[in-house]
Amino acid sequence: MTINRLKGGLVDHGAPLNFTFDGKTYQGLAGDTLASALLANGRRLMGRSFKYHRPRGVMTAGSEEPNALVELREGGRQEPNTRATTVELFDGLTANSQNRIGSLERDLMGVNDLFANFLSAGFYYKTFMWPRAFWEKIYEPIIRNAAGLGSVSFEDDPDLYDKGFLHCDLLVIGAGPAGLAAALTAGRAGARVILAEEDFLLGGRLLAETSGLEDQSGLGWVTQAQAELSAMDNVRIMPRTTVAGAYDHGIYGAVERVSDHLAVPEAGKPRQCFWRIYSKRALVCAGALERPIAFENNDRPGVMLAGATRAYANRWAVTPAQSVVVFANSDDGHKTAADLMAKGIEVPAIVDIRADAPALPGTEVLAGAQIIDTKGRLGVTSVTVRLANGQTRSIACGAVANSGGWNPNLGLTCHQRGRPTWNDHIHAFVPGADLPVGQLVAGAAAGQFSTHAALTTGAEQAVAALADLGITASVGDLPKAEDAPRAMTPFWHVKGAKRAWVDFQNDVTVKDVKLSHQEGFRAVEHLKRYTTLGMATDQGKTSNVTGLAVMAELTGKSIPETGTTIYRPPYVPVAMGTLAGRSVGKEFHPTRLTPSHKWAEEQGAVFVEVGNWLRAQWFPKAGETTWRDSVDREVTATRQSVGVCDVTTLGKIDVQGPDAAEFLNKLYINGFAKLAVGKVRYGVMLREDGIAYDDGTAARLAEDHFVVTTTTANAVLVYRNMEFARQCLFPGLDVQIISTTEAWAQYAVAGPNSRKLLQKIVDPEFDISNEAFPFMGCREITVCGGLRARLFRISFSGELAYEIAVPTRYGDALIRRLMAEGEEFNVTPYGTEALGVMRIEKGHAVGNELNGTTTAANLGMARMVSKKKDCIGNTLSERDGLNREGDYRLVGLKPKEAQKMIPAGAHMMSQTGSVDAASDQGYVTSACYSPSLESYIALGFLKDGANRMGETLRMVNPLEGTELLAEVVSAHFVDPEGGRLRD
Amino acid sequence: MTDLKPITALNGDSAAVDTIATLTIRENPDLALASVAARHGAGDTVAARLKDALSLSLLAPAHWAAAGDYAAIWLGPDQWMVNAEYGTHALLASDLKAIVGDAGSVTEQTDGWCCFDVEGEQLVAAFERLCALDFAQMQPGQANRTTIHHLGCLVVRTDAGASVFGPRSSARSLHHALIEAAYSVA
Repeated sequence: MTINRLKGGLVDHGAPLNFTFDGKTYQGLAGDTLASALLANGRRLMGRSFKYHRPRGVMTAGSEEPNALVELREGGRQEPNTRATTVELFDGLTANSQNRIGSLERDLMGVNDLFANFLSAGFYYKTFMWPRAFWEKIYEPIIRNAAGLGSVSFEDDPDLYDKGFLHCDLLVIGAGPAGLAAALTAGRAGARVILAEEDFLLGGRLLAETSGLEDQSGLGWVTQAQAELSAMDNVRIMPRTTVAGAYDHGIYGAVERVSDHLAVPEAGKPRQCFWRIYSKRALVCAGALERPIAFENNDRPGVMLAGATRAYANRWAVTPAQSVVVFANSDDGHKTAADLMAKGIEVPAIVDIRADAPALPGTEVLAGAQIIDTKGRLGVTSVTVRLANGQTRSIACGAVANSGGWNPNLGLTCHQRGRPTWNDHIHAFVPGADLPVGQLVAGAAAGQFSTHAALTTGAEQAVAALADLGITASVGDLPKAEDAPRAMTPFWHVKGAKRAWVDFQNDVTVKDVKLSHQEGFRAVEHLKRYTTLGMATDQGKTSNVTGLAVMAELTGKSIPETGTTIYRPPYVPVAMGTLAGRSVGKEFHPTRLTPSHKWAEEQGAVFVEVGNWLRAQWFPKAGETTWRDSVDREVTATRQSVGVCDVTTLGKIDVQGPDAAEFLNKLYINGFAKLAVGKVRYGVMLREDGIAYDDGTAARLAEDHFVVTTTTANAVLVYRNMEFARQCLFPGLDVQIISTTEAWAQYAVAGPNSRKLLQKIVDPEFDISNEAFPFMGCREITVCGGLRARLFRISFSGELAYEIAVPTRYGDALIRRLMAEGEEFNVTPYGTEALGVMRIEKGHAVGNELNGTTTAANLGMARMVSKKKDCIGNTLSERDGLNREGDYRLVGLKPKEAQKMIPAGAHMMSQTGSVDAASDQGYVTSACYSPSLESYIALGFLKDGANRMGETLRMVNPLEGTELLAEVVSAHFVDPEGGRLRD
Repeated sequence: MTDLKPITALNGDSAAVDTIATLTIRENPDLALASVAARHGAGDTVAARLKDALSLSLLAPAHWAAAGDYAAIWLGPDQWMVNAEYGTHALLASDLKAIVGDAGSVTEQTDGWCCFDVEGEQLVAAFERLCALDFAQMQPGQANRTTIHHLGCLVVRTDAGASVFGPRSSARSLHHALIEAAYSVA
């Protein structure tokens, strides 16, 4: 039964919608919010307070709501802390109250309120001190459980979230009278306009008032304005869109609730979209927020802001009760009383703190009076009023419309540390001079509270904003509107109240502010932290100024002297899913697939993520039970015959130009100027501080043309550094670079039969015999009947080996051809694990060894450093600290017991000394089982390693309490002379 | 003529075509690409040689132009990406090098990229959800670098719609992003 539903309003009385709250079914109307629909059904109790678990009802009619927070929807779609005032009702909506144990009516945690004296501001700083061990395990969990908000379901959110980007000349934030006037002005001038409105209807307070315009209804003008704007191609109207943050360079973040008004989003459609709006100018027309007067027990359900009460009656055709007392310090409260009475609601009295309060027909105005208390367990049933003569009177009512004045909505104007200024006329902060660049403010957000002022400042500020952009606009015809002065007497709280709420969501009372003052936390930021005033999800929208006013009274300072806290985005809570957008699950980041990926999948390869790449780690065969079985087989087969590995992921950078060789000389520690065309050279690059950071090869295809390869991990970094060197360090060198990593499918073909295999696919006019194409050769060839290709005779495995590259589109076909042609050699595909084993067996360094602390000398490559030229990092690599006697050198390690694994990361200690940092001799960087040696092996850095061959050391793993003995050997376990490479 | 059979960036034997409501996303594998970078002080020479040989204009930043079989997209200072049909210009890079000679550096880029042609009524709405470009203001003849789903891409505005060039190895991810945007605005 909708006992509090009125006639009229902007709801569709012919369109009932069913919904449930706490499991009970109710009926609302299309156009309702959850809050208005609950009020219509006589539900004032909607939640429990944060700390004391006091019964709470709706207080506002907008996103500033501190009380009516619910868990909306269920299962994966459950969303906690949702403001019932902003939830657009839909058929089938399910909501539950939160932060309670037991029913909402009988919340067991309500016992907290009995111990309120012990739970005052900062109580947790003073209590629960002992024993210390209880802090984290006992006290904190209990406190967090007792005080809190909604819960999450821990199920995956099934909905989609988009991100998007918009551009405009003028972003108008808010579609009340100021915003609509601004959008019309700018739209008519031909500017690109975005009009963003948090509500699902345009109009702002015009929808909530009966007295805004003089010659037509507010709704009529809004409808007309919306129609005109909708017809303009240059104007984009975005309802259900909250601009949540103002960022640098005119960029604003906005959340569009695309499907929140539906039970389930349409297939493929997002629930919300997070827009990044690039604006040339932005006009904040975000209106103002009413502030409550603090009085004893002012938090009972039914005590609401007067402007909200009026909005519920006029727009949503509901009332919180059939009898409403108004408490006011200005004529604005009288307006609420008049509108309620016009709707047939009884207003027994207007309690006006002003001694000269005007009379209002139809109700009793108690001038100079104050509400000093309320009664009612789950909702207000009466108020106690102290009259001007000092007598008290109890007045029965079901609601209180509380009006303490209005605060301009400053959030977006202060997101870049702007400081508002105090306006003595309206007794509120208004935007200061340090607005975000390109931002202007109009209407109530600028402290212009009359409808006339909102319309005119909206239009005028739009003209000013566009004039900055060279767009001529003019203030057109605007409707006649009320322009009444907003006289009010500042009044923040009723003196003598013990429990008068200032911050409703975080349960901060006047008494708490006083306590903060008493304890010395008087600076505004201290007040905030000590009491948590303004730190809840509503960010103190209805409480901050009142809190400051109370503190100002206590300190004897003015409110502006007391100051304001910093405003930060987002203006309203934004769901994590919205911020994540589409980057979730397996689409968290893009995936890079190698040219042989499709084929490798068919082979049942096990893949590993290497950055964004998916690389085949190994290729299991039937009967193999562990990864080691596969890897050992792949290594052995490659060393005995031939193996093929996709090495496309290695970075490839095309370097051309007459100064290409000179350019590479400056990048690598070794020289490239004399590298012959058709030859490849291994090189190492240093950071500017002299530490080695990448290695690879450079192949000279022509006098002015090199192809540089990098490690997979550093492909982007090396390219970026090269581009920096080209543009900034050596702009005089005539060199051009571009990445070609993706353009070529590249396979390592390794093993004693690799040449024989390649000879079957390389076109016969190309001689790749050892004599014609020796080790470290490169050339452009054709394969398989004319397909252009590049062949490099280089080896990472230590075997006779090649890398062959073809255009990527042929990569799939080439791997299949290599496998087919290699059958007679038992060709074996190998993955990154076998690749790693073979490079350790050969003593080749990778990222484990180029770990950000090692120099070329540490790597045993000191002789590679050319003294005939300079290179990036060369000077700092000569620092004494990097060239100490007995410094680390790369060595090989063999366990005394071949089948005992040397753990990577183990530290080397002498056989008999103590195990501590001071005795540390070095550390293990890479370790594996070597099927070639039938033993575990490892690489590591050992102090003075080059001179300690044959020494036995302990490999200590203090983390796991293990150690074993290993012998220091050459890092080149396999073919140390390199004969296989050159055969 | 090689007997190796190429596959598309999406690992298909033929180009993928997806139509979602009014939007069509078509994989375009028939593209040969090569970057042409002028050597120091040779920008005008490169431009003149390509103009003479191919009637191809090398335009200013954020623009592209086509002439006959060829098109050139501005890629960076004194650098352009030239494209043509792969079927008839598989050796595009070497052909271009022959034209520009020592005045320019030419690099094979054909399979460095995947390309998706996107057409349909909801084109602007889709691109609003894909990239930070002011796509609504882009006119045919304009092109720009941007990021789509964390991938560095080229968006080329054409008469029919737009072509998106992205890294070939991430073709599946880029395609996924395009499809999701299409569903989002369908």
